Amino acid sequence: MYDGGKVVFGLALFVALCTSPLWLSVARGGGGAEAPPLQMPAPAAGKCVRDGEWMRNSHMELLNSWRDEVVREGKRSEQLADGRVIEKSLTKTCLGCHTDKTQFCDRCHDYVGVKPFCFDCHVETAGG
Amino acid sequence: MESGRREFLKTAAGAAALGLGAGAASFVGAEALARSRAGQAAAGGGKRYALAVDTKKCAEREGCRACIDACHVTHNVPRIENREEEIKWVWKEEAEWVFQDRVHEYSGAELRRRPVLVLCNHCDNPPCVRVCPTQATFKSADGPVMMDPHRCIGCRYCVVGCPYGARSFNWKDPRPYIEHVDPAYPPRARGVVEKCTMCSERLAHGLLPACVEACAREGAGALLFGDMNDPESEIRKRVESSLSLRRKEHLGTRPQVYYTL
Ligand code: HEC
Ligand code: HEC
Ligand code: HEC
Repeated sequence: MYDGGKVVFGLALFVALCTSPLWLSVARGGGGAEAPPLQMPAPAAGKCVRDGEWMRNSHMELLNSWRDEVVREGKRSEQLADGRVIEKSLTKTCLGCHTDKTQFCDRCHDYVGVKPFCFDCHVETAGG
Repeated sequence: MESGRREFLKTAAGAAALGLGAGAASFVGAEALARSRAGQAAAGGGKRYALAVDTKKCAEREGCRACIDACHVTHNVPRIENREEEIKWVWKEEAEWVFQDRVHEYSGAELRRRPVLVLCNHCDNPPCVRVCPTQATFKSADGPVMMDPHRCIGCRYCVVGCPYGARSFNWKDPRPYIEHVDPAYPPRARGVVEKCTMCSERLAHGLLPACVEACAREGAGALLFGDMNDPESEIRKRVESSLSLRRKEHLGTRPQVYYTL
């Protein structure tokens, strides 16, 4: 093999360059950008409509099924496991507790890079 | 406001075009509503919600807009003056226009010029539902023809399919044209069709449609709402005992808005 050393060096340099963002981030000691602090509802508002952990993962699916149940089947309310009866409404219910959409929904969505279009129509504050 | 949804639809439309190119109360109170519900539940049958309009009583109140304003405020319907872009759920037209097939050369001027309330007819055989490619518009179990704005792709087949002109398309963002946005009911966005839903959101809470309630409040009592499947309902009795009209009967759409002249 001619110039084996140069080829191996070149390859090593190439790999190092390609993966440099990773190493730089490790060198800075970060595990990626800091998750933004979310503004949680006051405890007096009551618990979320599902377990908090479950909501973090699956709130979009819950909203989709609420949407279809309300608009297509006319089932507008539901009883939660703890007995509360709630209206299946994005603005009235979700934003009734999570009153500051920008400091809660938007903060997390901006961080993870999703842009739900729901608020093209749905109003952003339950109070108007 | 450019949303992901619009972008997606545009891309999809573009792809499709490419593909083509290559391939070639006053009368019925809440209690009557409850009664008719109970009756139907017992019979196991569906309801057939309907509206009856007494055009004479309505016309006695010249220029009255109580029902129209109530509906449009409740549902955040924008007020756009330009006729080509206006959005309306309920409005008035002259009888001569509404009942084109019923007036003749001897129909009197009062009758011809009489303003008649018009809205979605909530047909039992709705052409709009048949032409909608996404089932965004559909017939609900209780009769009202519903609009699911989440599924509307803005193709406007339904606008063309409706023989009554009861559907409006949002040519532009409606928000700037809504005086006071009520957060309880989502306004719509550019690119979707909308129309009267018979106040499904109010019926669910045992309330009468906003127009009927407003008409009663106004003391006009020209609007009657009820269940045509309930033989004991006031609306059913009224329709049985008087000569009523439905618009463009000959089309076979079986409207559920009944008019008495
Ligand atoms: C009765 C008040 C209330 C309602 C209504 C409510 N939430 Fe919550 N939500 C909370 C509280 C309190 C938390 C705090 C986490 C917990 O319960 O563990 C929370 C947590 C969450 C979380 C997880 C946040 C995190 O990072 O831990 C999401 C996402 C969420 N809610 C979305 C929604 C959506 C979407 C709706 C409507 C479908 C909704 N919430 C309705 C009170 C509410
Ligand atoms: C803790 C982070 C977090 C919070 C808080 C949060 N979301 Fe989300 N949301 C997400 C993530 C992550 C996704 C994307 C999931 C995916 O793409 O599968 C998402 C997706 C959605 C979607 C579906 C979007 C789409 O394009 O399909 C909706 C609707 C939604 N969120 C509504 C809300 C609302 C309303 C709130 C506030 C009440 C909220 N979210 C709060 C993390 C969050
Ligand atoms: C084109 C306008 C429009 C868009 C966009 C839209 N909605 Fe809706 N939504 C409506 C209308 C109108 C209703 C019917 C309200 C009623 O009947 O009370 C509704 C009803 C709902 C309901 C049940 C009733 C309520 O008050 O919330 C849910 C849940 C819902 N939508 C969720 C969503 C979600 C989640 C998104 C985004 C992924 C979304 N919608 C996007 C217009 C829209």
